[in-house]
Amino acid sequence: MSDYLIAALLIVGGLFIFVGSLGLAKLPDFYTRLHAPTKATTLGIGAVLLASVAVTAARDGTLSIHEIVISLFLFITAPVSANMLAKAALHKKVPMCDNTRNQDLKAHMAHQKAPDSE
Amino acid sequence: MSKVFHKLLPMPVHSLMLLVVWLLLNGFSVGQLVLGLFLAWLIPFLTFPFADHQSKAGKPFKVLMYFLRLVKDIILSNIEVALRVLYRNRSLQPGIVAFPLSIRADFPLTVLASSVSLTPGTVSVEFSDDRCWLYIHVLHLKDEQQLISEIRQRYEQPLREIFSC
Repeated sequence: MSDYLIAALLIVGGLFIFVGSLGLAKLPDFYTRLHAPTKATTLGIGAVLLASVAVTAARDGTLSIHEIVISLFLFITAPVSANMLAKAALHKKVPMCDNTRNQDLKAHMAHQKAPDSE
Repeated sequence: MSKVFHKLLPMPVHSLMLLVVWLLLNGFSVGQLVLGLFLAWLIPFLTFPFADHQSKAGKPFKVLMYFLRLVKDIILSNIEVALRVLYRNRSLQPGIVAFPLSIRADFPLTVLASSVSLTPGTVSVEFSDDRCWLYIHVLHLKDEQQLISEIRQRYEQPLREIFSC
């Protein structure tokens, strides 16, 4: 029974990690590409870590806490790296794809100015 | 007496957290407990003078509710973003949104920006230097006003209550 659960978790995790990587390759510009690995992978890795917890629980009958600590660190660090990448891209003036809405805000954003200022 | 205590153990909560994480990572044994206790005392003792004192989070129940909601949103947003990635690029409508902030303190803003980055197709990019606006890049922007009011009531409002600011 637990085998099925573990297999299901691994498959779901693998699927989400795959979609995240696919998004990295296929989305139109740098900024949209940023979304795929920061999100789709958090759930993917979460599922894989849960599978790991389930494996230890089924084998040794103990609850392994390492995985929870790993996901905690992941949740803390993922937004920071996404934010730094986005900032660096803005600084380097990486272009956004043409149909991005509110592109006029880009200059304000890059100079950390309020959107209504000149 | 309490002054001496404060000098010796300036950040008791941090010390406790360090000890717990140390034991979780290394497994429980008497040796690790002693080493963990020593490090849990030493690290806050050495770093306290450099610490930048931030607004304190209160109301543990609300913190827990916030955390649970965040986990739920992360799961839902993952599914949404995954579907969005599998659709054709042409149906994608990315956009930038300027979110008007009503909190100012550093730590609550960090938590808000991180929450935004972790949830539905949004990455927080930059603050305006007067701390009144948060710029967000959205993977698929349907309705700007709706997104703003959603972030406001789902994250910003609870954070204001938690940090009472």
